[in-house]
Amino acid sequence: MVLEYIIMIVKALVAPIAVVCCVPIEVWLERRGSGFIQDRPGPNRIPIFGRRNAGLIQPVADVVKLFLKEDIIPANVNRTLFLLAPFLVVFVAFTTFAVIPYGDVLEIGGMTIPLQVADVNFGLLYIFALASFSVYGVLLAGWSSNNKYSLMGGLRCSAQMISYEIAMGLSVIGILMVFETLRLNEIARAQGNLLFGFLPAWGVVLQPLGFILFLVAAFAETNRTPFDLPEADSEIVAGYHLEYSSIKFAMFFMAEYMAMVVASGVIVTLFFGGWQIPWLPTATLVAAVGPIVTALLQIAAFAAKLFFFLWFFVWVRWTVPRFRYDQLMGLGWKVMLPLALLNIFVTGIILLLIG
Amino acid sequence: MSQEKHKIQFSFLGRIYLFEIFRGLTITLRHLLRNLTHRKQMPTIEYPDERREFSPRFRGRHRLKKRDDGTVKCVACHLCATVCPAQCITIEATEHPDPEIEKMPERYEIDILRCIFCGLCVEACPVEALEMTGEYELSDFTRQSLIYDKKYLLDPPSNLPEKKES
Repeated sequence: MVLEYIIMIVKALVAPIAVVCCVPIEVWLERRGSGFIQDRPGPNRIPIFGRRNAGLIQPVADVVKLFLKEDIIPANVNRTLFLLAPFLVVFVAFTTFAVIPYGDVLEIGGMTIPLQVADVNFGLLYIFALASFSVYGVLLAGWSSNNKYSLMGGLRCSAQMISYEIAMGLSVIGILMVFETLRLNEIARAQGNLLFGFLPAWGVVLQPLGFILFLVAAFAETNRTPFDLPEADSEIVAGYHLEYSSIKFAMFFMAEYMAMVVASGVIVTLFFGGWQIPWLPTATLVAAVGPIVTALLQIAAFAAKLFFFLWFFVWVRWTVPRFRYDQLMGLGWKVMLPLALLNIFVTGIILLLIG
Repeated sequence: MSQEKHKIQFSFLGRIYLFEIFRGLTITLRHLLRNLTHRKQMPTIEYPDERREFSPRFRGRHRLKKRDDGTVKCVACHLCATVCPAQCITIEATEHPDPEIEKMPERYEIDILRCIFCGLCVEACPVEALEMTGEYELSDFTRQSLIYDKKYLLDPPSNLPEKKES
């Protein structure tokens, strides 16, 4: 009994810490990746013991710098909301990862340990609920800053997130119809089956249109280019976090990257088999290498897929220019929404025909 | 209305847009892979470690030349101060101890904050007592230290990794 609680606490600590640790790696990936895409080396300094480590220490130096900066609260802000907003944003980023499974159920020494912080039966709804909640943080930050640009950023962000949440939610309905569960671990497990005997039954194979819609909506939800209108440096300076300095700015920054980690995790879990290693179901692996190595291999597979999508976020950011606001709304309401409904319709018909 | 006028005709694939994004992604990936495999071919010069090769005629910070006996070559004719469009050269003349030579500068100051590095002073000099070196790292903390006096201009410190005699 005590051991179970200890395992639970360890899991609850390790998962958010792992997400936080993904942030500096993602920042490094972004800065170096964008550099190489633009024919320049990117940050490659910060030597440790004379070795430059390809600039890997740069995010650490950035965080130290942000900690030491003066924390300015402008004169005419709404203090309570101004202080609350970054905490809300970070809170959402921390808690969303709780339901994402990073390995199959580990059966060891008579105990069953689901490799996921909370194996809840409303997992997918939980993610969407928290994603909607993150609008509050951004909106309050924009409103309480008492600044035109911040307000514009908050306004754009809330409008964009609410619009794309509809397309996002509808694009996932197809997945729910196919796998018939909201429990993310079961969705991941169902993707270990083979279609026609050779093709892994990953969500992307079963729901290609749903995947594309979800991917585009995920970019809008995480406020990444081409949908980074809430921040849009060239139009509204920095959007909703314009008035924030020091560690409060770092919290927004961190939350953006953690939201990317979570979005990648959801994409991987729903459409790319989660922790599944293709053609190697858990039973085969456990028989071959034992339960602990199996769990480690599955976590590694999940991490590899996760990092591919983290890289994809960076890759798209340095390829595609920013959308105009009316184009963004037009895409969301006139293209994504009908396509998502069409996807549900077609999925329903095919499920009906198969039986 | 104005939007109707400027409407661009896209092909079918262009209208779907996803394919065009995919093509863009291949371009950025190609750049990334080429730069990863051919690191040395990137055009970046990593400045404090590497330096751009400048022409020997590069007009950097001034230097006053000396005679063989180590005294200043300048004869305090004021031609450089006269021609200077930024009026940054101040000269006070005095008698030279050698009776063969008429004058020498008592005070020779260049206000490098006003200097525009045009090089007219060097061209105006009748005895080639003034030259411009390749030095371009001239920043300092006070204004006063950026007004170079005669002593400094005769023996300026060098920041260049290897000094090129022009």
